[in-house]
Amino acid sequence: MSSATTTRGWDEFMEGIWKQNPVFVMVLGMCPTLAVTVSAINAISMGIATTFVLIASCGLVSLMRRIVPKEVRIATYIVIIATFVTAVDYFIQAISLALYDALGAFIQLIVVNCIILGRAEAHASKTPPLPAMVNAAGMGAGFTIGLLALGVVREILGNGTLFGLSLFGAGFQPWVIMVLPPGGFFVLGTWLLFFAWRARRKQSAEVTQHA
Amino acid sequence: MLKTLGLVSGICGLVIVGSYQGTYEAVAANKRIAMERAVFKVVPAAKSIEEYYALDGGSIAKAGAEAPAGAVKFFAGYDEAGKLVGVAAAGGAKGYADTVRIMFGYDPACQCVKNIGVVSMRETPGIGDKIVKDKEFLANFEQLDAKLNAEMNALAHEIKTVKHGSKADAWQVDAIAGATITSRAVGKAINDTAQALLPKLVPNLDKIKDKS
Repeated sequence: MSSATTTRGWDEFMEGIWKQNPVFVMVLGMCPTLAVTVSAINAISMGIATTFVLIASCGLVSLMRRIVPKEVRIATYIVIIATFVTAVDYFIQAISLALYDALGAFIQLIVVNCIILGRAEAHASKTPPLPAMVNAAGMGAGFTIGLLALGVVREILGNGTLFGLSLFGAGFQPWVIMVLPPGGFFVLGTWLLFFAWRARRKQSAEVTQHA
Repeated sequence: MLKTLGLVSGICGLVIVGSYQGTYEAVAANKRIAMERAVFKVVPAAKSIEEYYALDGGSIAKAGAEAPAGAVKFFAGYDEAGKLVGVAAAGGAKGYADTVRIMFGYDPACQCVKNIGVVSMRETPGIGDKIVKDKEFLANFEQLDAKLNAEMNALAHEIKTVKHGSKADAWQVDAIAGATITSRAVGKAINDTAQALLPKLVPNLDKIKDKS
């Protein structure tokens, strides 16, 4: 593999993690983002499950990109995505029932996660399988990082634990609202504020450079 | 178009069937382990458990794949010598957010409910979920009266959740202040299951007092 293709592959991967981060930049997939990030472990599991579905369905969509008729492409993508979600659903049940209960309906709802359908339609259906899957892996990793950023903050503040380990001892009074639905909005809002502030600072730095 | 759609459906079908088959045993084992863990929690003296159905007409059958009509499932816990030490049954009732599913232990010696465990719930953290850790509330289930009436067809006294601080009788459950709805769900879940199970089970306890 020449160095040019390696760089391209790396760019494909990094796109989802930084420049087009699904949570913080594109603000997609908010439903699971707000709902399951009450703890770090839930966030990671949800992220991994979504990543798996992303990679597998983008791979298959990309393989079939030449034979799927245009009129039924969305229906076909949904069938493919639903298939892998069902598979993930069984895998999670096989790994841990407690985790399955914690994630609840949001595993099945991966089917309608717009990150996946968006990737299938906007990227995988126009790209060969390998780069499509690399890009999907990057998007999945970016989504996982986004969920984790919320899950860690919410679990520490709302429960006083990280990955189930107690951090502050018995005297800690948990900030319960952080693990309730409003806490999801608070933490997400704060993260979005941080990213918007960074983007603005970078922009103004560029302006002064040019001046 | 038909060919393509057929191909897609075929591949998808294979993937689903494959993952179902591949994970079936692990899923079943997981469910059994989760259930057993809940049973051992509410019947701590048990060393082994058996699954039974209490049937209409006073018979008790080993649990099989299919539940007969009107059957109530329960678990019998046995000690090392194979003697019955307690019975566990699951129940559920609507709580604040969703159904609260619990498992409770029944002690045939005192004819009372002893220990409860939560199987699943979605109650508000910090409020409704106190039912698993609030010591005062759990004290309700150290010896909650569940005697049958003289005709043996229902509980002598309905198990009922009462307002915090107003528990007067041994068959009442003292609610958690601020979490009355969840506390009530626990009381109702126990009462519903006990009313269905105990009249069928208690007259037949002899049949299961030794491990088969």
